[in-house]
Amino acid sequence: MSCDTCDTCGLPDDGDDRQKFDGVVALAGNPNTGKSTVFNALTGLRQHTGNWPGKTVARAEGRFTHENKTYKLVDLPGTYSLLSASEDEQIARDFILFGRPSCTVVVADATCLERNLNLVLQVLEISDRVVVCVNLVDEAKRKGIQVDAGQLEKDLGVPVVKTTARSGRGLSELVSKVVGVIEGRCQTHPHRVDLGQGVGEAVSRLVPMVNEVAPGLPNARWVAMRLLDGDWRIREALLNGELSQVAERQQAPAESFSNKMALEGSQ
Amino acid sequence: MKLDGYTPRPVADLLDQAEEARRALGEGFRDRVVESIYKDATEIAGRSVEYGERRRVDLDLLVDKVVLSPIFGLPLMIALLGLIFWATIIGANYPSQMLATGLFWVEAQGTLLFDYLGAPWWLTGFIWHGIYRGLAWVIAVMLPPMMIFFPCFTILEDLGYLPRVAFNLDWLFKKSGGHGKQALTMSMGFGCNAAGVIACRVIDSPRERLIAILTNNFVPCNGRYPTLILIAVLFVAAGFSPTAASAVAAGTVLTIVVLGVITTLIVSAALSRTVLKGEASAFTLELPSYRRPSIARIIYTSLIDRTIFVLMRAVMTAIPAGAVIWLLGNITAGGTPLATHVSDFLEPFAYQFGLDGVIILAYIIAIPANEIVVPTILMIYLGEGMMTEDISQDSLRQVLVEQHGWTMLTAVNLMLFSLLHNPCATTIITMWKETRSLRWTTLGAVGPLVIAFGVCFVVAQAARLLGWG
Repeated sequence: MSCDTCDTCGLPDDGDDRQKFDGVVALAGNPNTGKSTVFNALTGLRQHTGNWPGKTVARAEGRFTHENKTYKLVDLPGTYSLLSASEDEQIARDFILFGRPSCTVVVADATCLERNLNLVLQVLEISDRVVVCVNLVDEAKRKGIQVDAGQLEKDLGVPVVKTTARSGRGLSELVSKVVGVIEGRCQTHPHRVDLGQGVGEAVSRLVPMVNEVAPGLPNARWVAMRLLDGDWRIREALLNGELSQVAERQQAPAESFSNKMALEGSQ
Repeated sequence: MKLDGYTPRPVADLLDQAEEARRALGEGFRDRVVESIYKDATEIAGRSVEYGERRRVDLDLLVDKVVLSPIFGLPLMIALLGLIFWATIIGANYPSQMLATGLFWVEAQGTLLFDYLGAPWWLTGFIWHGIYRGLAWVIAVMLPPMMIFFPCFTILEDLGYLPRVAFNLDWLFKKSGGHGKQALTMSMGFGCNAAGVIACRVIDSPRERLIAILTNNFVPCNGRYPTLILIAVLFVAAGFSPTAASAVAAGTVLTIVVLGVITTLIVSAALSRTVLKGEASAFTLELPSYRRPSIARIIYTSLIDRTIFVLMRAVMTAIPAGAVIWLLGNITAGGTPLATHVSDFLEPFAYQFGLDGVIILAYIIAIPANEIVVPTILMIYLGEGMMTEDISQDSLRQVLVEQHGWTMLTAVNLMLFSLLHNPCATTIITMWKETRSLRWTTLGAVGPLVIAFGVCFVVAQAARLLGWG
């Protein structure tokens, strides 16, 4: 079986790809929402697909092009959340955070959107460059479920695209929205979860301090939340400076992806 | 930015503050965060999702009532598997013979060509009767069953049946102390044990993941079906009418597979009560909707990704194996070929297990890939004899029974040994990659071998005591 047993998983991106590609796109989502199908449809690769949850165990990588620009696409393992310490969640979360993707596509299952939104909301806490791909629209329709993409877009503050990846429907729109986010043409205002009294206050007290340590970090709030949860990985990233490096790179203007020289200079 | 020896002030402050706040917030912080997330998700989904009238009966639910039923679920699963074996046996028989005839015709022509060119006998032998013949056997024995089995398996996978298998088997694995998802990784093992071992990453708990890794080998992979099928057809089904024979053969293979599943459960239970003690952890298993498999993708996945991939691997091991077998058959010491020396040496040992020296030798040569066991046995038995005339099942049976004294006991024990013995080299390497532990990898490699010899020994001794075999 030609599983991609690459040894690359778990290792954050090394920045080299920034020079080779015009952007790096991560694919996240709950298990069995058709992430690998989206991946295959966009890259033309044939990553193993199958109708069972948990099948993508390693990080698969491919590329796609749009208007003469080449983007790298990374298929992350399917997860229900990013809060626990299981291996796949660690891989997915570390990549979204430390891999600094230019855009993260969260693939959601239209037939059970509510549950899938839990992950979407978590990704929105980590990154503001997100596109939500509501997949399996045909299956939802068959079950009499309609998703209002416009309303969802308003609530989430990021682009929402409805797709049926198996037949390729909606994928070109997905790509153009993703590129829009990467190139900064599309401004996002990601929804932030209402944390309630006690937690909310503790988080807002920590956020300025996180900003001081790692200025420009788009997800200071999330880092604060993780610290309050006692996440050793985040502590470590603060101690060894990994997070502030992420912040430095985030500050590079979005246009630098099409201007490789400028980017090299900024590093 | 990394500073050795001391932590920058702001970072230290932040961490201190966070730690303090963490203690102040007390237990259940994450639960509160998760609650907030759920609340927002519910609100947002409520605004954007509309549930229409269900126009039809929910077909998925109806199908699941049967597929997941406590009464029909398990029998249906076994019947499905039996059906796949039956289709494989029926469908593969004729193409296998055609392929063998064609490929051995090529061997004869190649030999003639070499003779015509005046090549020395050993070169002709090494190339055509060694390397090429090994290749030809592997392709003829393996390709047709794989071309039927893999698409069937892929259809079930695409349909969404695999998680249902896990659902049906969950209680069994829980009883054995393993993880319910072990049923999934076991199913992947039916395709390839190395892939099955990798699939064990879906299991979070290290203890249960190890159990799944160590026992994956007990379901036969695609490299072993051809052995099981061929022996079932040649021996068990031989006495039946042609129509009944394929059903009997399928039933035999099915029995072996069920034995494999039972062994998986027993060994899992033994592990979780000894070296890997612990409780089975609970998990949620999502049962996806049934999806109509897409034919083009199934053909692609099963033929290119799986069939060709597995076949190429077999071919890569068949080439050196063919060479080794030819050398063993043609280098003589004291007038007898080395192969005979080795198999004669192994014979008394093998006899205790109801096998023979050649079978053991074949398993040693086939450590890199199980696929080549039967081809190796046949090549050693047939020696230099030309195989261009008649390669029907009857003549193969004749070679094994009349010339080499195989009995039903040999056949049964060969199948048992094939089911239980050590995983192939690829799987062992994968075990090492996944566990990074020499101890567990060794256990995973040697444990099954001990079990295989143990079971074969008991069966052989018991059979002989009863005067059978």
